Amino acid sequence: MKRFVRLVGRDLMLALRQGSDATIAVMFFVLVVVLFPFGIGPEPNILARIAAGVIWVAALLASLLSLDRLFQADFEDGSLELMALDSLPLELVALAKATAHWLITGVPLLVAAPLLALLLGMSRDGFGVLELTLLLGTPSLSLIGSIGAALTLGARRGGVLISLLILPLFIPVLIFGAAAIDSALGGLSARPHLLVLGALLAAALPMAALACAAALRQALE
Amino acid sequence: MTDFTGLRLTCLRGERLVFVGLTFQLAAGGALVLAGPNASGKSSLLRLMASLLRPWRGELRWNGAPVADDLDAHRARLRYVGHLDAIKPMLTAEETLGFWAPSQSRLTPAKQARQALERFGLDRLATVPTRYFSAGQKRRLNLARLLLAPARLWLLDEPTVGLDHAAIVQLGEVLAEHRSAGGMVVAATHTDLPLPGADHLRMDDFAFARPLLDEPAPDENLL
Repeated sequence: MKRFVRLVGRDLMLALRQGSDATIAVMFFVLVVVLFPFGIGPEPNILARIAAGVIWVAALLASLLSLDRLFQADFEDGSLELMALDSLPLELVALAKATAHWLITGVPLLVAAPLLALLLGMSRDGFGVLELTLLLGTPSLSLIGSIGAALTLGARRGGVLISLLILPLFIPVLIFGAAAIDSALGGLSARPHLLVLGALLAAALPMAALACAAALRQALE
Repeated sequence: MTDFTGLRLTCLRGERLVFVGLTFQLAAGGALVLAGPNASGKSSLLRLMASLLRPWRGELRWNGAPVADDLDAHRARLRYVGHLDAIKPMLTAEETLGFWAPSQSRLTPAKQARQALERFGLDRLATVPTRYFSAGQKRRLNLARLLLAPARLWLLDEPTVGLDHAAIVQLGEVLAEHRSAGGMVVAATHTDLPLPGADHLRMDDFAFARPLLDEPAPDENLL
């Protein structure tokens, strides 16, 4: 457990000292959402109608941005090799890296999302559910994404490959995330959708750990 | 008496047989120097010993028991210093080492790191970010990882690259201390490493020269 926390702490420290990674994801998120009113036109009804979907799609793309570096840097400088020899199992190494990724890219999205919802004119009734869906959904994105990052390790143009591999797997999270907000806005209960999001997260946790560790072992051979 | 042996090891990388039927034996306090031209499989053999690679045929044994049976125990007793230095330019020397320090120790990671840095003459640079380090200083920092916690088996891939004469002498002292405490050293090197009484393993002798027709069938458990 100590080593798990230490690895998360190290990744956070690296991200903070580099500076860019942490801010790029949230800047990208804001910019993508802001583009929509320009493309669709400033019709308040339309924007309010599509707000949930737009914010969720932007969140998917933003969390995809820095995924290709998730294991790549440690792979290139030999740290990953040493982690494979360390007492912490590779499954937990993968979980720790995904946790750090979520803290660096996912949490800032949670902070920025209400502002963007306001910008798109979403009704206040949806704000609470919007935050809840992001809170449950973005960790799943980091976890599922880490599988793609591990699989494309060492591949040339890995970043593009990750998008192709992982975006289809993000679809369930997107569907239930956006649907939860829509039902809250429509006066229905968001609970079933939130429960499915929670189930997706619960399933992604062990599956991502196992799949990542297997892919990392393959990459290190 | 501890011993580490390799029996008829064959290493296959991609579609190339790097070495065939390699056998070695290493006793407590012993040292093995791997010699041979580039691409003769020195690094592959070290990675194989570190359990980062699996032998295609043959097996490694620790005290007679196959290493593959308990990889976690094997990993706990070895330290591997490879070509890559695993150094993040944004972290200080102390933070770099502290991260790898074993967590079950009573000392704080920073304290453990300081002790190891001192041994390699890097204590004055402990709080300097490693992006300001020279190649030799990075190598010394990487070698200091060996001292974070006792481990029986040290696997060193070209440990002297980038080191000046004084640092090589320092490394020699550290290696001698490790061996006198019953530790083992396996090192791949082109230059003379101060390892008195070390056995030499010439990788050329195990290069693939003939078809593998007379080899026994591969053991399923090892593949």
